[in-house]
Amino acid sequence: MTIAYRQAVLKSGLRAALSPLIAVAAALTVGALLMLLAGASPIAAYSALFRQALTTYFGFADTLTKTTPLLLASLGVLVALRAGQFNLGAEGQIYMGGLGSLLVGLAFSDLPMVIHLPLALLGGFAFGAAWGAIAGYLKVARGLNEVLTTLLLNYIAQYLISYLVNGPLKAANAPSPFSELVAPSAYLPTILGKTQAHAGIFLGIALSTLLTLAFAITAWGYRVDAVGQNPVAARYAGISVNRTILQVIALSGGLAGLAGSSEVLGLKRRLFENFSPGYGFDALAIALLSRGNPAVVILTSFFFGMLRSGANVMQRSASVPVSIIYAIQGLTVLFVAISLALEQQVQSPKPDS
Amino acid sequence: MSSIDFLTDFLSACLRLTVPLAFAAIGGLLSERSGVLNIGLEGLILTGAFASAAVAFSTQQVWLAIAIACCAGALMGWIHAYLCVSLNVNQLVSGLAINLTAAGLTTYGARLLFNTGTVALPPLSSLPIPVLQHLPILGVFFQQDLLFYLLLLLLPASTYGLFHTQWGLSLRAVGNAPKAADTAGVSVARIRYVSVILCGALCGLAGAYLALVHVQFFAENMSAGKGFIALAALIFGRWHPVTTTLACLLFGATEALQLRIQAFGLNIPYQLLAMLPYITALFALAGLAGKATPPAALGLPYAKEKR
Repeated sequence: MTIAYRQAVLKSGLRAALSPLIAVAAALTVGALLMLLAGASPIAAYSALFRQALTTYFGFADTLTKTTPLLLASLGVLVALRAGQFNLGAEGQIYMGGLGSLLVGLAFSDLPMVIHLPLALLGGFAFGAAWGAIAGYLKVARGLNEVLTTLLLNYIAQYLISYLVNGPLKAANAPSPFSELVAPSAYLPTILGKTQAHAGIFLGIALSTLLTLAFAITAWGYRVDAVGQNPVAARYAGISVNRTILQVIALSGGLAGLAGSSEVLGLKRRLFENFSPGYGFDALAIALLSRGNPAVVILTSFFFGMLRSGANVMQRSASVPVSIIYAIQGLTVLFVAISLALEQQVQSPKPDS
Repeated sequence: MSSIDFLTDFLSACLRLTVPLAFAAIGGLLSERSGVLNIGLEGLILTGAFASAAVAFSTQQVWLAIAIACCAGALMGWIHAYLCVSLNVNQLVSGLAINLTAAGLTTYGARLLFNTGTVALPPLSSLPIPVLQHLPILGVFFQQDLLFYLLLLLLPASTYGLFHTQWGLSLRAVGNAPKAADTAGVSVARIRYVSVILCGALCGLAGAYLALVHVQFFAENMSAGKGFIALAALIFGRWHPVTTTLACLLFGATEALQLRIQAFGLNIPYQLLAMLPYITALFALAGLAGKATPPAALGLPYAKEKR
């Protein structure tokens, strides 16, 4: 390996790390312009946001709470992305996962926690995976593009949960639509006293590590990447492309389902309608921003969690509407897309003519 | 309510619910026929709805609002075209970015503009056509507003344009065989830009119709999946304006039906009924699977030097 080659590798690695950062900075800058439009001071707003989300005990705990579902759902979207599949249905899978965990959480009342909690998580994973597998089946067996089917399934899942908590699952005497509490043996334990931060974050970090390893050293990870990079070549290499796609979309749904589980078992402890404020769509932005790297997803999710957790304080102290963060998130995806495209153009120089 | 009245009422609701779907679906069809996937329809509709509501709210000028909605949609369409055609960004990612950005910006804009509580917008008045409007049942076709009649014009115009003009031939060629079109001297990039911008403008109209005719106010994410239903409709309608509009009518009718059932107070939970349009779309797609052939170059960026 020559020194020049090493430098080239280092340079391209740096660029890969740099361009998402530039994209985020660009989105924050446009966000600042939007704040000026509202007559607020961007400096005051951003400093309120970041100070709250990072330096206060309760704010930091809230950031962890918001990071958890984002991390789990992003891992789901990312696994699908590695196989070249766009899972836009994480939102619906979050809802189904929440339902699965709730049902297991309600079903038993005298199990020890070491059995009940994993079982409840498994229930969420299974429901999310089943919901994802519908889109996977339609893709593999009927050739339907997963993008549209997963999007349509989101609406169906959301209405289904809304129906259940208004009807069959509604808690007795509940003033608004929500279910009964799950049994305490299925709670994800709180990790910071007097806050809502719960152990779901460890689940996310563990799964992220597991996926990093799986993609680095297992044959399965290699298969998924092969299908994602070049399905035709993968088929010639003897990989069953359809089976891999079905597996991956189901796994993707299952991981997103765990995001719903963590919301139900860790945060709310019951099922509410509309309990996910669009985490499934943020997850896509996060997975894209992390370039399909399951370890980087932890950092990116934390950043998005921080935006969500600091936004309320920003609204109170700098009177900037919370919805500014949705605009910033959308713009981030936009700029990431642009930076990826520009980078590809730099990397593949045009042939001399 | 007599059965004639019911039928008239139902048909009228079908038409009203079909109009925004059809505008968006025909727009999406133009974009996809030229080879550019557009899952950003949802965001484009939302942009149109917000732009029209903002203008109608501040000027009380309905027609100005519709024109601006059209332009705002076209502008967002231009962004999608720029990303997909000039920068070769993955078209799904670009569409997604359009959706997320539109949702974020319109929600933020709505908080800034309409923070005064309920906002009533001036309605788009209907324009009954003499004599014909009194036909039994079918009369509802002739008691609509100008946007509806515009859609009726757009239908034959887009069909004729796509299949019987030089422009339509070029557009379809660019979507099916860009290399061949390029060799024949057609500018792939220009045709794709025009189609996607046109798509944005039509989605802007769809949004204006939602905001000014359906509800007369702006609500966050009020497009509520209409863009995705429109996408399903254009696949179900096999990328042809007439069959696509019929598919939109099917989805519009499903929604009208669920609203009627709710109004009758039958003991069916509304959530199960509200699911119907999405389930219908899903089944329609699944039933059609394998029979619909998309334009051959759909979703593929075209780079001259890769010839």
